[in-house]
Amino acid sequence: MIGAAFFSNGPVQVALIIGGGAALVSAVVGVFTVLRGQSFAGHALADISSAGGSAALLFGIRPLAGFLAMAALGAGGMEAIGARQIRERDLVTGIVLGAGLGVTALLLYLDMTTTSASGAANTVMFGSMFAIAPSTIPLALGVGALALAMTAALYRPLLLIAIDPDLAAIRGIDPRLIGLAHLLVLAIAVALSAMTIGAILSTALLIGPAAAALRLATRPGTAILIAAAIGLCATWGGIALAYDSFYWTPGHGWPVSVFVVMIVLAAYLAAGPLGTALARRRMAGS
Amino acid sequence: MLTLSSISVAFAGRTILHNVDFTLAQGSFCGLIGSNGSGKTTLLRTILGLVKPDRGTVDTGGHEIGYVPQKIQLDPFMPLRARDVVALGLDGNRFGLPLPSAARRRTVDAMLTAVDATGFADRRVGDLSGGQQQRIMIAHALVRRPKLLLLDEPLANLDLRSVAEVVSLLHTLSFEQRITVLLSAHDMNPLLPVMDRIVYLANGSSVSGTVGEVVRGAVLSRLYGYHIDVIRVHGRVLVVAAGGEDGLDADIACEPVHVTQIR
Ligand SMILES: Nc1ncnc2c1ncn2[C@@H]1O[C@H](COP(=O)(O)OP(=O)(O)OP(=O)(O)O)[C@@H](O)[C@H]1O
Ligand SMILES: [Mg+2]
Repeated sequence: MIGAAFFSNGPVQVALIIGGGAALVSAVVGVFTVLRGQSFAGHALADISSAGGSAALLFGIRPLAGFLAMAALGAGGMEAIGARQIRERDLVTGIVLGAGLGVTALLLYLDMTTTSASGAANTVMFGSMFAIAPSTIPLALGVGALALAMTAALYRPLLLIAIDPDLAAIRGIDPRLIGLAHLLVLAIAVALSAMTIGAILSTALLIGPAAAALRLATRPGTAILIAAAIGLCATWGGIALAYDSFYWTPGHGWPVSVFVVMIVLAAYLAAGPLGTALARRRMAGS
Repeated sequence: MLTLSSISVAFAGRTILHNVDFTLAQGSFCGLIGSNGSGKTTLLRTILGLVKPDRGTVDTGGHEIGYVPQKIQLDPFMPLRARDVVALGLDGNRFGLPLPSAARRRTVDAMLTAVDATGFADRRVGDLSGGQQQRIMIAHALVRRPKLLLLDEPLANLDLRSVAEVVSLLHTLSFEQRITVLLSAHDMNPLLPVMDRIVYLANGSSVSGTVGEVVRGAVLSRLYGYHIDVIRVHGRVLVVAAGGEDGLDADIACEPVHVTQIR
C-alpha cells in the first residue's frame, strides 16, 4: 500500500511539502497564539482568509495569494478596531469574523454561479491537499520561512509580554506593535494551513499541537519542538492515511483533514495524563 | 535618586493624583500606602513613564528602574522555568533567539541565589507558590542591577510567613546593595520594621516623610479631610476614621485593614 508509489506520486509529493510546511509554521506560531490567548483570533483569521480563497477562484489568481491577502486584511482590521482587554478583543474578533464570513458567503455564491468551479465551497472550506499546483511550492515555502523567521525574531519580546506587558514596555518594547507583528505572522500561518487542510480545520493545526505541547514542556524551546513534531506527524500521517483510504472504499478516498484532526486530537488527549506524570516526576526529582 | 514634583494625573477628566511631591534618597526603603483605588499603581506607572502626567515632572536621575507589577498572572501552562523568567529580565527586550552563554547563565544563577530561589529554579513558574513567584519576579526586576526598585503590592495574597520572608529579602537587598525601594501596600504594618520613608496617598493627594512624621492623627486628618485617629496597639498601627457621616470616601469606609469606621 504505502510504498514507492506513494512517494513518487506527484500530488502526494506536493502535499507532503506544502502540508508539512504549513503544519510546521502553524505549530510554532500556535505556541505563542495559545500563550497570548488568541486562539479565537487564529480561528477567525482562518475563516476570513477563506474569503480570499474564494475571491482567488473567482478572479483566477493564485489561491495562496488570495488566502494571504485576506488574512492580513483581517489581522489589520482587528488591530485597527483595537482592544485592550481579552474580552473586548474577543468581541472585536467576532465582529471582524462576522464581516469576513459574510464576504466569504457572497464570493462562494458567485464562484458557484458564475464560474465552472462547482466544488468551490468544498475546496475553500475543506482544503485541497492533493490539488495544489506544484508551482505554489516556492511561494508557500518562502512565506512559511518568513513567518518562522519573524517568530524567531519576536521570541523573547513575546515571552516577556506574556509575563506582563508593562515589563516589556519599560524595556522599550511596544507591546502593541509586537502584538500586531505576531498577528500578521498568525495570519500567514493560518492562510497557509487554510489552503492545505481547509479553513474549517486549520484551527486544529494551529491550536492542537501547541496546546498538547504546553502540557508537556517546561521551556519555550521544548514546547515549540514538541508542537512542531506533533503538527508534522499529524499532517504527514494524515496524507498517508488519506492516500491509503483509496483502497478502503473503492472509487473515492477520505479527506486528509479528517485524519489530521484525529491525530492532533489523539496527541492532545495523550498529552494530558503524560504531562501530569512528567510533572509528578519533576516534583519527586526536585 | 528619585524626585517627583507636583505630579498630577487625570483619567477621562477624573483627577487621580493631584500635586504629588516627594524625594527618595539612595538606599531608602519607602512604603507607598493607600487604600484600593487611591492611585498607587498609577503613581508607580507614572514614575516608570508608562503613564504621562498631566502636570509635574519625574526625575529618576537617568537610573534604570526594576519593576514588579501588581497581580502577575502566571498561567500554569506557561512553558517558562523560574530561571527563564529571570533571564528574560536580563535580555527579554532583545530580538532573536537567545544563544546559550555561560556569562548569562552565571548572572542568572547569582540572582537566583540572591533571592534564595535556587531550590526551585528549574520548576515551571506557574507551579510555584505565591511567595516563590514573588521572589522570582524580584529577581527578574533586579537582574540588571538597577538602583531603583518599584514593587506594586508584592505582599498581597501572601500568607503571613511569606510576607515576612519577602519583606526581609527586600530589606536585605536594599541594605546590602543600596537599592532604593518603593513598595506599594494597602497595609503598612508588615513594613513598619523596615521602612524609613512613607508616602501616604488619599483623595489624590499625598504626604510623605518618616513614619513618625506622617502616621499621625493630625497629618492624616488633613490628608483625608476629616478626623482620623492613629492608634498604636501591640506594635501595630491602626488608622481609624471617627464618626464619618459627611465627606467620608466610599473607598476608605470599605477598606478593612487600615481604616476602620467606629460608630
Ligand atoms: N487607564 C485608566 N483609565 C481610566 N481610569 C483608570 C485607569 N487606570 C486607573 N484608573 C482609575 O484610577 C484610580 C486609581 O487606580 P490605581 O490602579 O492607580 O489604584 P491603586 O491604588 O493601585 O488600587 P489597588 O489597591 O486596587 O491596586 C481608580 O479609580 C481607577 O479606576
Ligand atoms: Mg494597584
